[in-house]
Amino acid sequence: MNTLMLSRPLLTRRAALLGLTAAFTLGRTSLALGAAPTDKRFVVFLLRGALDGLSAVQPYGDPNCVSLRGELALPQPGTDGGLLDLGGFYGLHPSLQTVHALYKSGDATVLHAVAGHYRSRSHFEAQDYLECGVDQRISSGWLNRAVATMPGAASRDLALSTGLSAPLMLRGPARVEAWAPEHFGQSPAADLYGRLSILADRDPLIGPALHEALQKRGDAPGIDQPGQPGQPKQHPEVTLAAAAGRMLAAPTGPRVAVIEIGGWDTHAAQLKRLEQQLAILDASIAALHANLGEAWRNTVVLTVTEFGRTARINGTKGTDHGTAGMALLMGGAVAGGHVRADWPGLGSGRLFEDRDLMPSADVRAVAKGILANHLGLNAAGLEHAFPGSQDAPPMNGLLRA
Amino acid sequence: MDTNAAIAFSRFGLGRRRDEPVPADPHAWLRAQVNGPDTAPAGPTTAQGLAMIYDVIHMDRAAFPDPRQSPQVQAFNHVHHDESAALLGQAVTTPDGYRERLVWFWANHFTIAAVSRPSAACCGAYIREAIRPYVTGRFSDMLLAVMRHPAMLAYLNQNTSVGPNSLVGERKSRGLNENLARECLELHTVTPASGYTQTDVTNFAKILTGWTFRVDPENAGFFFQERAHEPGEQVVLGQTWPDGEQGGVMLLQYLADHPATHHHLAEKLVRHFVADDPAPADVAHIQAVLYKTHGDLHAASLALIDLPSAWQPLTKLRTPQEYVIAVLRAVGANPAYETQMPAVLKNLGQPLFGAPFPIGWPDRAADWAGPESIIQRVDFAYDFAGRVTDQEPATVAEQILGPLLEADTLGQIHGAGSRRDGLTLLLACPEFQRR
Repeated sequence: MNTLMLSRPLLTRRAALLGLTAAFTLGRTSLALGAAPTDKRFVVFLLRGALDGLSAVQPYGDPNCVSLRGELALPQPGTDGGLLDLGGFYGLHPSLQTVHALYKSGDATVLHAVAGHYRSRSHFEAQDYLECGVDQRISSGWLNRAVATMPGAASRDLALSTGLSAPLMLRGPARVEAWAPEHFGQSPAADLYGRLSILADRDPLIGPALHEALQKRGDAPGIDQPGQPGQPKQHPEVTLAAAAGRMLAAPTGPRVAVIEIGGWDTHAAQLKRLEQQLAILDASIAALHANLGEAWRNTVVLTVTEFGRTARINGTKGTDHGTAGMALLMGGAVAGGHVRADWPGLGSGRLFEDRDLMPSADVRAVAKGILANHLGLNAAGLEHAFPGSQDAPPMNGLLRA
Repeated sequence: MDTNAAIAFSRFGLGRRRDEPVPADPHAWLRAQVNGPDTAPAGPTTAQGLAMIYDVIHMDRAAFPDPRQSPQVQAFNHVHHDESAALLGQAVTTPDGYRERLVWFWANHFTIAAVSRPSAACCGAYIREAIRPYVTGRFSDMLLAVMRHPAMLAYLNQNTSVGPNSLVGERKSRGLNENLARECLELHTVTPASGYTQTDVTNFAKILTGWTFRVDPENAGFFFQERAHEPGEQVVLGQTWPDGEQGGVMLLQYLADHPATHHHLAEKLVRHFVADDPAPADVAHIQAVLYKTHGDLHAASLALIDLPSAWQPLTKLRTPQEYVIAVLRAVGANPAYETQMPAVLKNLGQPLFGAPFPIGWPDRAADWAGPESIIQRVDFAYDFAGRVTDQEPATVAEQILGPLLEADTLGQIHGAGSRRDGLTLLLACPEFQRR
């Protein structure tokens, strides 16, 4: 296990092992001294760049779907390369095989037409608000503040950050264990390489060199990627998800984790790119599930993204920054097997600002429902996590009774 | 920030630090660095480095089943790591980017690599003692300090070269090693353009016999070993040089102030700071300064600032070392980075104290713009951007590049899907890679 650049968790962890916990809890009002930490697990997939919810879960039963979506509309369920049906109106993207299997076994729910509490179409701003849980950028995230109120948070790392740095969502007063493999081996998504090659084209040396390198790697913009010869390389995010599963499964391991996946900003060539992106997400979920083992029973997994994308296809076979999208809720603790949505429709006058899926539910309400009913936070704890969120009461009925 | 300030930070310096004040008069700012002192912190001395070797040689081997685990060997093994971090740390934090660039330029001119025990144990001390004090002094003084330094003597095998007719040579039937003599002529001073012959090389090697060093604590450092010195006068470049240590010193002073050396140094300096293919007039100007001042590097460093072509648009490509330093300066120093970057530089093909040949690292864009090399930078930028939080990429871009930042780069940064992507675009865009 390697802790990259985050020396504090390493030090506090070592201190805890040395029995120095008391020194760290002194001067703190420990909320439940001696109370055992929960057995419940909560994992958030943070999808940076704005996942197109209408592609991940397509409302193929909506009469306006095909006309708005054009080439982005996938074939009906039951046809070749078609959607994976979710009960007659919605269909999962065919890359989401694992999610579909979980849905069929009652371990997955889709929450559609959900959005954050903000109406920003700026990635950075919206990600900050999504992670902070309030309408301004502050230095701590809602999930960390939630963890800080949990029994045992003062004496052990209940939260796990995977990847190179802790996301804002997990920064704050509560101790966080950080994990990243020594050789992370992440490289940018094809889209970022593509943006960069546009800039590099200005340069007579860097431009051609970058193009040649990308072509060698099969990532050249506009060029279909050939299949990897031999054994397919495991995507780094899948490695992170598997590791998170192992660590969360341990009896004394962390209970809450965040796994970040970037590359969702599909302004162009969305069909191909989402196929790859969603396959990574699906494989990450499968890896997490497999490595959690028995602990899956006590687990809730939530996907969040900063906003949805435009309902209409744009001029470059992609979609632009929008408003409402969808969230996946998975795990043995989830009351799954259905889509939960107050469907706003895609028809005339039904779109937010005549362009985006209209929000009908608040991500904070979903998160608060999980924090309250799964992790046991009381009203004060919820207020600590999401200050001033009275307009978004905890959503009930998400979990198995 | 105006264009001249941005050029001063990038062309002459190591890239702007975000918290660094923008100089109102970029020329004066650069001149002040040349006129001011070197601010690098002290570190282990050459004598201390040599003492480590002495300790390894004389440790009680019976006490350690595996000598690699002994504290003596462990201490020795740490030097390279510690010195790499210290060198990077200085480059990343210094407010005197131009002066530090000059240090790196001369250290590369007089390349050593940590491939022998003395050059590894003294790699940092070499720069502190043989390079830094002379960066704005006389070239002849730097040349002499380098040629007498144990790191160089060991790197180019001078310490094992023996005059065939010396006492040691006759008794042990050992002989010359021409390595240092040849590289001194070819790379450090007059270059083959001066027309030297193999006889010149051999005779120079004879003159340098006896130039060695000792590691025992009482005598650690350079040592002229009379018993290994080839007796007699020698002719090099048509001139006769006296016997003894003084002959070598005189020859080095002659080489340092040779017109061919001035030309070589002028061309390298202009190539490094101005353009891959330096304008002949620029080279001639710096050469004339060196000629008039008998190799005064202070005057040459000031003259570089005054070249009009040095204030034209940037065309040089940052080497991996310069690139990584600029990245660290742009996002803010962190001691953790400085200990991790040596491994990164190895991946990017330019390890610290690790040039493969005595000629040092190449200094033209084409040498560093291979497809794999360029994409490795992008991947490094992406990896690194993933470790940096709380920074607005667009703000950093404007702070670091100022007027050099192109509108479409800023547009792409604004449109990036995450801060990490935005920062990657800044760190990998062409205007950040040029200097």
